[in-house]
Amino acid sequence: MRIDCKHVWEHISAYIDGEVEAELRAEIDRHLETCEICSAVLDSTRNVVVLMADERVFELPAGFSERLHARLDEELEPAGGS
Amino acid sequence: MKTAAGNPEWERELIRRVLDGEKQLFHELIRPCERAVYFLLLSMLRNEAEAEDAAQDTAIKVFRNLQMFRGDSQFRTWVLSIARNEGLGRLRRAESRREDSLDELTEEQGGDFTPAILMSWREVPAEVLERKEVGALLREAIDRLPAIYRNVVLLRDIEQLDGRDTAAALGITEGAVKVRLHRARALLQRELAPKLKGVVPKRARLLRWGA
Repeated sequence: MRIDCKHVWEHISAYIDGEVEAELRAEIDRHLETCEICSAVLDSTRNVVVLMADERVFELPAGFSERLHARLDEELEPAGGS
Repeated sequence: MKTAAGNPEWERELIRRVLDGEKQLFHELIRPCERAVYFLLLSMLRNEAEAEDAAQDTAIKVFRNLQMFRGDSQFRTWVLSIARNEGLGRLRRAESRREDSLDELTEEQGGDFTPAILMSWREVPAEVLERKEVGALLREAIDRLPAIYRNVVLLRDIEQLDGRDTAAALGITEGAVKVRLHRARALLQRELAPKLKGVVPKRARLLRWGA
């Protein structure tokens, strides 16, 4: 079986997550060796995935946690204390 | 007592003690979940102030319903499903100001999932973007995703939940998580690859955004 680029793109996400079966993975690897387009698509998709995991990209608003726990304190210890 | 978040024994012990009256320990129980709760709600509600308010309401609902937690899922997954219900309730109350905000979109949702293919191989990479700008580009691109994709990408790629927990938190199948994640990443790659050429994530030894 010789897979084409479109076929590779369909599996890129699962490939990145290591969720494609061994046989298909080998096919994709073989395709990637000779296809610069698909290698680039794979690299850039993986870059997006890696960037999204970076905690600096998605930061909680300043003071979020303090406000949350202050609000919780009102619930945990209603007026008058416990 | 191990305090690792997601450690079921630690969670069970804390839950028992909170229910037995050590209410202040609830702070420690909810702390590891608050980031994911906020970003899931931000993804659903698309408004920082409302997402924060909803996150606080979620935490309070979790506390009030703690005795309902059965332990047949991860605590965080249970908390996220409460957050999701909170978000859906708010969206319904807002009478779906934006039609794509509700979960009811089908998988047949349109969209071009073919990747961006950059053929300018020798082109000098665009100016190296500051991380701040990279973050802004990513956030904007994610914000533009249809809601059903945005919620999945948020939990899987940003909060790093696995497929099972993501499916449980969103009330969808693992198969749907995979399909939506694939489409979301494809849309993001298509949108971002041309803009992020030359930016390489520090943790990855990857060199190329486009051929």
